[in-house]
Amino acid sequence: MAQSALLNASILKKVAMALSGIFLITFLALHVSLNFISIISEDVFNEASHFMGYNPLIQYVMQPILAIGVIFHFVMGFILTAQNSAARPIAYAKYNGAANASWSSRNMIISGLVILAFLGLHFYDFWFPEVTYKYIAGTAPDATRYYGELVHKFHDPIRTALYCVSFILLGFHLWHGFASSLQSVGMHNKYSRFLSKVGYWFAVVVPALFVIIALFHHFNN
Amino acid sequence: MKLTLKIWRQKNAQDKGGIVEYPIDGIEPDMSFLEMLDVLNEGLINKGEEPVAFDHDCREGICGMCSLFINGEAHGPDRGVTTCQLHMRMFKDGDTIFIEPFRAKAFPVIKDLVVDRSSFDRIQHAGGFISVNTSGNTIDANTIPVPKDDADKSFDAAACIGCGACVATCKNSSAMLFVAAKVSQYALLPQGKVEATDRVLHMVHQMDLEGFGNCTNTGACEIECPKGISLENIARMNREYLAASLKG
Amino acid sequence: MALDSKIPNGPIADKWTNYKDHINLVNPANKRNLDIIVVGTGLAGGSAAATLAELGYNVKAFCFQDSPRRAHSIAAQGGINAAKNYKGDGDSIYRLFYDTVKGGDYRAREANVYRLAEVSGNIIDQCVAQGVPLAREYGGLLDNRSFGGTLVSRTFYAQGQTGQQLLLGAYSAMNRQIGRGKIKMYNRHEMLDIVIVNGKARGIIARDLITGKIERHSAHAVVIGSGGYGNVFFLSTNAMGSNATAAWKIHKKGAFFANPCYTQIHPTCIPVSGDHQSKLTLMSESLRNDGRIWVPKKLEDAQAIREGKKKATDLSEDERDYFLERRYPAFGNLVPRDVASRAAKERCDAGFGVNKTGEAVYLDFAAAIKRYGTEDAYVKGLDDKDAALVTRLGAAIVKSKYGNLFQMYYKIVDEDPYTTPMMIYPAVHYTMGGTWVDYNLMTTIPGCFSIGESNFSDHGANRLGASALMQGLADGYFVLPYTIGDYLAPDIKMGEISTDLPEFVEAEKAVVDQINKFINNNGKHSVDYFHKKLGKIMWNKVGMARNAKGLTEAIEEIAALREEFYKDVKVPGGAYEFNQELEKATRVADFLELGELFAKDALHRNESCGGHFREEYQTEEGEALRDDENFAYVAAWEYKGKPSDAVLHKEPLNYENIKLVQRSYK
Repeated sequence: MAQSALLNASILKKVAMALSGIFLITFLALHVSLNFISIISEDVFNEASHFMGYNPLIQYVMQPILAIGVIFHFVMGFILTAQNSAARPIAYAKYNGAANASWSSRNMIISGLVILAFLGLHFYDFWFPEVTYKYIAGTAPDATRYYGELVHKFHDPIRTALYCVSFILLGFHLWHGFASSLQSVGMHNKYSRFLSKVGYWFAVVVPALFVIIALFHHFNN
Repeated sequence: MKLTLKIWRQKNAQDKGGIVEYPIDGIEPDMSFLEMLDVLNEGLINKGEEPVAFDHDCREGICGMCSLFINGEAHGPDRGVTTCQLHMRMFKDGDTIFIEPFRAKAFPVIKDLVVDRSSFDRIQHAGGFISVNTSGNTIDANTIPVPKDDADKSFDAAACIGCGACVATCKNSSAMLFVAAKVSQYALLPQGKVEATDRVLHMVHQMDLEGFGNCTNTGACEIECPKGISLENIARMNREYLAASLKG
Repeated sequence: MALDSKIPNGPIADKWTNYKDHINLVNPANKRNLDIIVVGTGLAGGSAAATLAELGYNVKAFCFQDSPRRAHSIAAQGGINAAKNYKGDGDSIYRLFYDTVKGGDYRAREANVYRLAEVSGNIIDQCVAQGVPLAREYGGLLDNRSFGGTLVSRTFYAQGQTGQQLLLGAYSAMNRQIGRGKIKMYNRHEMLDIVIVNGKARGIIARDLITGKIERHSAHAVVIGSGGYGNVFFLSTNAMGSNATAAWKIHKKGAFFANPCYTQIHPTCIPVSGDHQSKLTLMSESLRNDGRIWVPKKLEDAQAIREGKKKATDLSEDERDYFLERRYPAFGNLVPRDVASRAAKERCDAGFGVNKTGEAVYLDFAAAIKRYGTEDAYVKGLDDKDAALVTRLGAAIVKSKYGNLFQMYYKIVDEDPYTTPMMIYPAVHYTMGGTWVDYNLMTTIPGCFSIGESNFSDHGANRLGASALMQGLADGYFVLPYTIGDYLAPDIKMGEISTDLPEFVEAEKAVVDQINKFINNNGKHSVDYFHKKLGKIMWNKVGMARNAKGLTEAIEEIAALREEFYKDVKVPGGAYEFNQELEKATRVADFLELGELFAKDALHRNESCGGHFREEYQTEEGEALRDDENFAYVAAWEYKGKPSDAVLHKEPLNYENIKLVQRSYK
């Protein structure tokens, strides 16, 4: 079989989608743990954030990998969705999708688009100011600023609400995505059944924690 | 029972087609869905109209010829049955029933509710076999023992009737369950292992060429499959495919 | 014309080997220059097409379905016989041969049946090598079950879907050859006539069912594997599309039709529920391994059940009549199909039927559930006196054996067979008769072969369970590939046959004329209207029990119906488009002729044997009464313009290895 055919193969695209998804899931776990510290201790949170912001390994190796992972996951998602809708040029007059598949599995593109929009907001809120601070303005490092910036963002009730809605959609995305990625890489046994259960917990707990953190800072200050 | 049928009518592959409404009366709960359509057609013929074309043959749920997307579901609302085994007792007096052809780019409509599923055949031509000649000199059937569990799982996969409900019901029109069933049947048996690498690569390649969509693991196919083919087979095929593509 | 069955000389056990050693062979380079048409892609046609292509011939295969995988062999449930003797229970080639000849009520050709038994083991080897997932025991070896009419366990199976698995095996072998370009597959094509050039079969006329285009196809030989003609009864267990057109068209062009009256009525089918019924559903005979068949002992109980005042489970053991166990203590519920069917009909005719129409008997699994449950409780060290537990365990075991059949029954009848007995009634299932063929499987048209159910050869007057799959695959995989080579050997230098020959033009014109006649007929009634009428005549007068008066009437009625059909049939739509009504019309036209010959054959055969039961010829206990002195022959009919003018040719059946005795299953 020609190499080019392999690269276009539907199953390999699926597997790539799954692996990038699993990678993003681990990132989420890290992200939520860091944020959670902000509820417990302002100082530890500042310290951890500062470490993440100035460690060269994280800044120059991990961050680009993450960016590639995110972009790949989105672009591939769009390509696959476009291919999938082209596979049925004439739609059914009546289609009862709810009869045999969960909402979250049928609407990954919707939850995904919401997450994409959220990422735009999130970058506007944190990443752009951070880049401006560090590289454009060239301000000197200040290891105590992070907690204040975080709290400041959650003053606005509309932003807080937008964050919370996005986290819920993230939950739906994870609900299907976690178990689905195991199936895509070919796992279907007692271990994958166990891991899927872990996945369902993850899909509930992680977004819930994000929501709690956002609400905590909104109401606490 | 009195029903309103909304049926897709399309003269031929070139025609645009559309839904036409037919009222029907005198339907008994013991009739099969296709017998209900027989009654409709008999009435249409007697009125001088063209009967509705639909595929069917064995009418006992094994040949895989009948199709139909009924009220938004492949083979209708019942589970574990084909359309020919669907009985009218699943519906209520006064119901409106949508009847459409299986829809996918790889299943073009021939006429009315009849579609062309030869894409499935072409996938099988690409590798759905074990290359053994009928010489009459093969080894004795009991020479290679097969663990009962493997044989049973292989059978469960081989029970696929090739009806296309998995494609029709999948929101992506993916044929993964169909292809995975054949790949699994052979992958589970010692006889099939010899050609396993080529088989999975070739069959998936042909599947992609036919214009089916990609699998997103919604699981709808497993639920609508009249023979209950398990999603486990898709995972197995993903595994087989990964291993085969790494081998090159 | 005298019939020459071309049976090789020598002792029966050596005939096939000697034959193979002395036939003409075609060398591989020459096979490339020979074309073969195969019509039908079931077990016989599919396996033949694959094997012939493998040998190197150019094969063109035709089926009316949208894929070869849909041929009706797929619906065979129970299993396939083979004389492997894996169980060590005394089976052998001879015993399978003997059982088949006896089961066929001594009306089959010895040499063919022996060859069938001889290659039966190869079939299993072949199928396993192809990846057919036959049932296994825990040790990993193949499992067997027993079937009606035999005392050994020689039936291989794949749950209740053996036919499906074997057909998909043949289909996979075909796919391999289609992929290599050695088989050119014509799906959704129907053969509408055969073309004969200089006395030899050289091609067919086929209709592309999608476009309606009439096509000419040439070949050096034509193989018909188009199945049986059970749909002449309208209601049967055959698929809706199963038809006799290919077989009947070759009959009209010179192939003799043998023993049309031998039709198998299968005892375990789901009873008719109403006038709308379009087909009947069979449930595997294997159910009789564990199910017990009964009707109420008292007429008033039967009546109460029919009126819905009583349920089957209300009747105690001594109020039930297990009529097969009573009449046939040795074989009990496992008597051959014809015997079981007639016994059920006898009880229903006497007023003991148990459904609304009075045409059903019970098939009860309560005893089996209890037996299996007790055994399982003992094995698991549980309390085997606990009735609820025993029932639960037993039901689970019955489910593992027959789960798919029970589910099928439940979906159709809406009653749970685990808790209430099934209702069953006999239905038309298989036709033992068919085109007459010699030992080479060639019809009386040189170059035209007939295999599987479409020929008459191996089952005599009654087919044993699990033998149809065996015969289809034996013919296609292991017999025809040899015999056809012997026929084709002289044709190697012939080159491709032109489809412009006048014989093709003429045959095509006849087909087009018939189609145009139907399209322009503008009659009053649909095709089904006539088909149902024909079915009623056949079932009532040419069905499970026949008599001279009924048969004479049937012959007249069918001829009259045929005339009415041509005058009054209405076929909507056009000729050159997808037109299912037109497809039905051409098929029913042939059934209307075949039905008459069927009745004529039944009327001439003044004896009862196997599936042919003449009320005038029965013993005092109501068993079939054969007349070996006058009727130990194959009745091969030659077409002479219309069915009533058909001329009878007799092929005497000589039994050199088996002594003819009255078939007894007591």
